[in-house]
Amino acid sequence: MHTTSWHSVGPSLDECIKCNICTSYCPVSAVTDLFPGPKYSGPQAQRFRESGQPDTPDQAVDYCSGCRVCNEVCPTGVKIAELNARARAQIAKEKGIPLRNRLLGRNELMGRIGHYAPRLANFGLHNAVSRFLAEKVMGIARQAPLPYWSTDGSFGAWFKRTQKERLHARQKVVYFHGCATMYYEPFIGKAAVAVLEHNGYEVIVPPQNCCGLPMLSNGEFAAAEGYHQRNVNSMAGLARGGYPIVGTSTSCTLTLKEEAPELLDMHSPDVTALKMGVWDIFEWLRELHEEGKLRTDFRPINLKLPYHAPCQYRAHRVGKPALEIMALIPELEIPESHARCCGIAGTYGYKTEKYQIGMDVGEELFQFVREQGDDVTMTACDSETCRWQLEHGTDLPSRHPIEVLAAAYGLYDLETRELTSQSNSM
Amino acid sequence: MKRINTEILVIGGGATGTGIAWDAALRGFAVALVERRDLTHGTTGRYHGLLHSGGRYVVKDPQSAVECIQENRTLRHTHAHCIEETGGLFVVTPEDEGDFPDLFVQGCAETGVPCNEISVAAALRREPLLNPRISRVFEVPDGSADSFLATHATAQAARQAGARILTYHAVTGLLVTGGDGDKRVVGARVMDAVSGEEIHIHAAMVINATGAWAGRITGMVGIPISVIPGKGTMVAMNHRLVNTVINRCKMPADGDIIVPVHTVAVIGTTDERVADPENLRIEPWEVQLMLDEGEKLVPGISRARVVRAWAGVRPLYQEDYTGDSRDATRKFALLDHQRGHGVAGLITITGGKWTTFRLMAEKTVDLAVDYLGERQPCRTASTQVPGAEQGHYWLGHRLHEIEEEHLQGELICECELVTRTMIENAAKRNPTVTLDDIRRDVRLGMGPCQGGFCTYRAVGILHELARQAEGAGPTEEETKEGTERDAAWEVAYLQSPRHNLSADERPARDEAGLQPNLLLRDFLQERWKGVTPILWGRQLKQERLDELIYLNLMNADHLPQTGEKSPLTDFYLYDATPNEQTEAPA
Ligand SMILES: Cc1cc2nc3c(=O)[nH]c(=O)nc-3n(C[C@H](O)[C@H](O)[C@H](O)COP(=O)(O)OP(=O)(O)OC[C@H]3O[C@@H](n4cnc5c(N)ncnc54)[C@H](O)[C@@H]3O)c2cc1C
Ligand code: SF4
Ligand code: SF4
Repeated sequence: MHTTSWHSVGPSLDECIKCNICTSYCPVSAVTDLFPGPKYSGPQAQRFRESGQPDTPDQAVDYCSGCRVCNEVCPTGVKIAELNARARAQIAKEKGIPLRNRLLGRNELMGRIGHYAPRLANFGLHNAVSRFLAEKVMGIARQAPLPYWSTDGSFGAWFKRTQKERLHARQKVVYFHGCATMYYEPFIGKAAVAVLEHNGYEVIVPPQNCCGLPMLSNGEFAAAEGYHQRNVNSMAGLARGGYPIVGTSTSCTLTLKEEAPELLDMHSPDVTALKMGVWDIFEWLRELHEEGKLRTDFRPINLKLPYHAPCQYRAHRVGKPALEIMALIPELEIPESHARCCGIAGTYGYKTEKYQIGMDVGEELFQFVREQGDDVTMTACDSETCRWQLEHGTDLPSRHPIEVLAAAYGLYDLETRELTSQSNSM
Repeated sequence: MKRINTEILVIGGGATGTGIAWDAALRGFAVALVERRDLTHGTTGRYHGLLHSGGRYVVKDPQSAVECIQENRTLRHTHAHCIEETGGLFVVTPEDEGDFPDLFVQGCAETGVPCNEISVAAALRREPLLNPRISRVFEVPDGSADSFLATHATAQAARQAGARILTYHAVTGLLVTGGDGDKRVVGARVMDAVSGEEIHIHAAMVINATGAWAGRITGMVGIPISVIPGKGTMVAMNHRLVNTVINRCKMPADGDIIVPVHTVAVIGTTDERVADPENLRIEPWEVQLMLDEGEKLVPGISRARVVRAWAGVRPLYQEDYTGDSRDATRKFALLDHQRGHGVAGLITITGGKWTTFRLMAEKTVDLAVDYLGERQPCRTASTQVPGAEQGHYWLGHRLHEIEEEHLQGELICECELVTRTMIENAAKRNPTVTLDDIRRDVRLGMGPCQGGFCTYRAVGILHELARQAEGAGPTEEETKEGTERDAAWEVAYLQSPRHNLSADERPARDEAGLQPNLLLRDFLQERWKGVTPILWGRQLKQERLDELIYLNLMNADHLPQTGEKSPLTDFYLYDATPNEQTEAPA
């Protein structure tokens, strides 16, 4: 990185009018002095970071969680979170990337390794001794909510196995599942497929790999570039062909839509085609609904379900489509969280030195859930790591809205997270 | 009326005058320097920021080139902390004429300016925003330099060597003995601009280092010299778009250099003859020309945010010169008025460049020695000024120090990272009459918001100091010495947050007279003056917010004491009438 304006997010620092609105909203600087805040670390510090300097001028920017609350509130459109991500990448380049961050950046690899022997892997990871060691040796917080590998196979294996049962139709939609659905939560993908097929769409699952976001947030830009390019190679053609590409992971879709091209300065026609073709699944379902094409044969769900729209989702700047669609479900009561962030912010809250910050940030959300009363048995949130954090902070199970929707269609059991027999017979 | 006796009286607290005071004091002379405002209030504080390698002059003015490269090397040692080693590039753009690059290479060889041709690809790797259509690139040892800090550090060195530095003291007349034929200047009448008191300073030699104002001083004893004021306008971009000085490789002309200084990049300059060196209006075409020319070096630069524009005047001396001011010589003029005009006791030094100020000072004091007699030899070329041991400036040093010392919560000026104690110490350690003086010490208000958020905070701090100072008269020792507002003069570390972790223990004293409302109004007006010529786009948005803060929220237009004035209140007003003798190019 030579000069700020060399890359696509840099010039946005010129937009800053120093109003401090971002600083007053940043959930991280509100709970810790270790992070001086978005204005400080973003447009302000950036003016001091150019050129080859004798020393790295600042490292506190590493405490930015990347939640993008700042971008959301900035009145002039400064790409603060991206400036911070860039600065982290620069530090990574100068100071090297710790093994811990490399591992957290490669959750796809971890997912793949573990899924061959998930029970063993789960035991290997989720016992007190190894968590203790992981904390000491690598700096992965002992208490942080690491996921469990799926014990009944990956999403990909299920999809292949059930090819014959899948709907084949003229209307097609492409599904980007992301690593978490692939290896840890295949049931999210099953729910998504069930909902899409219920609405008469054939689901295509093209070859795909990690979207690269964990690497981007840990400053490993070169690696992320390779990952993104492979996704582009695999899906740009489909996007050009007019197939919508929908995803259930709000952070993966955001990366494909915006973060990867911007941070990595990738602007080829293929990258742009993919960027334009990607939707969050509810963003797309809402579109379908507005065209009067979404099936509304919902069964009532008698439940009070506090919902948190994750910050990554808000960064899509599409409103809260999951909320709008869930609101169509009879009898479902959805108290809406206005908490800024759950605190996990991708891989942030897993790091030992940041675990407590993450929990303190999340407190706003946890408290909101507690305030909904004892009759609350479950929460909902779109993003996987946020859901895990929400479960960790509230001791209540949490579900993806697509699971809720699938349940409302009678295709899915919210408790057991399994497709119902009705769906299998479709 | 007060009377001061000294050997050498220097008039003018720019780079040249301060350098002379330092040089003469080191040689053992008793020296007093008077500056009618703050140090560097003249051209020195309004220049482009370039430590010349000499490359710019190798074809047109080889002698200047030789002086520049020599002084470039010297200042890197004596004033290390005032200089950033950016390096410089001379680039040949598609518009630049045929044989100049070859003449340039030859000129560098002849004048000893190190010059190394590099590939366009290498230049673009180093400066990715550079125009990719350039055909040749030469690397030279240009640098960027902070003239505020350098002059203040030089003044501190001069004081340590025994010189007295009196700021806000204006020469209103020269003291003369004798008549036609044996006229002798024996001192000057000086007005203390703050108290209004008149002082007579008697000296064996008066050195006129008032730059573009030099003719006014000599005019006081009837010597007509022609100093051509050449106005140069510069625009500063909101952030560094380049980290190397970028020069067009062609005959020197307007807008052909971009200098990265501190957090900004400055495009400059124009060169227009003006009648009055004082009220410099910036014409819209000048701003446009800078941006248009900047585009040729860095395409897209005109769409980046501009934070400010300002102008300085070149003191170009040339006997009987009438042509276009860019062609007047950049060499300096050292005028011995005894030999030239039959008036003894007065020397004028004018012209030259910031880069060569030390050399000019040396030559000037050499001439004074001819009349005053030999003392110790000149030592400025090998003596470091206070603070130089910090090593060269680097852009991130403040950010780095703020983080290491956990000072994020102490910031008063957030854009330029100025802490509360930096401001307190700046106020106590050298004379402060306006917030603009503190700006020159620590860069207060020089960033994107142009004082929007720091002005009221800084005024609050000075108000506190003023209240502490009330009733606290000068100490006995100070009365004995008779020093006025030239307090402690410890400015060497003012730019470093780390060196100002705690406030100076000295009790506040000289701040007693500071009026908060006046400080506020003056500084807002001063910042506004530089923003007015570039008021569009993002800076306009910024100014709208600043306006809401000061005019709507704080009602700054209707504060008590609206009639009060500081010595600079009128200077800060933006005069919208066009300068005389300026014409837009055809
Ligand atoms: C637009 C522009 C850009 C430039 N850029 C560069 C550059 O990049 N690099 C470089 O090396 N050089 C540059 N120069 C040249 C350089 O700035 C000047 O040569 C140098 O600053 C002159 O310093 P000085 O001390 O001689 O004059 P000044 O700095 O003008 O000092 C004269 C002082 O005398 C004071 N004074 C006037 N009258 C009185 C009085 N009656 N009583 C007391 N005091 C009085 C004034 O207030 C003033 O402070 C530039 C010049 C201009 C105009
Ligand atoms: S991305 Fe989140 S943590 Fe980072 S600066 Fe913005 S609001 Fe704060
Ligand atoms: S909200 Fe935007 S404009 Fe305001 S300080 Fe933050 S980055 Fe600057």
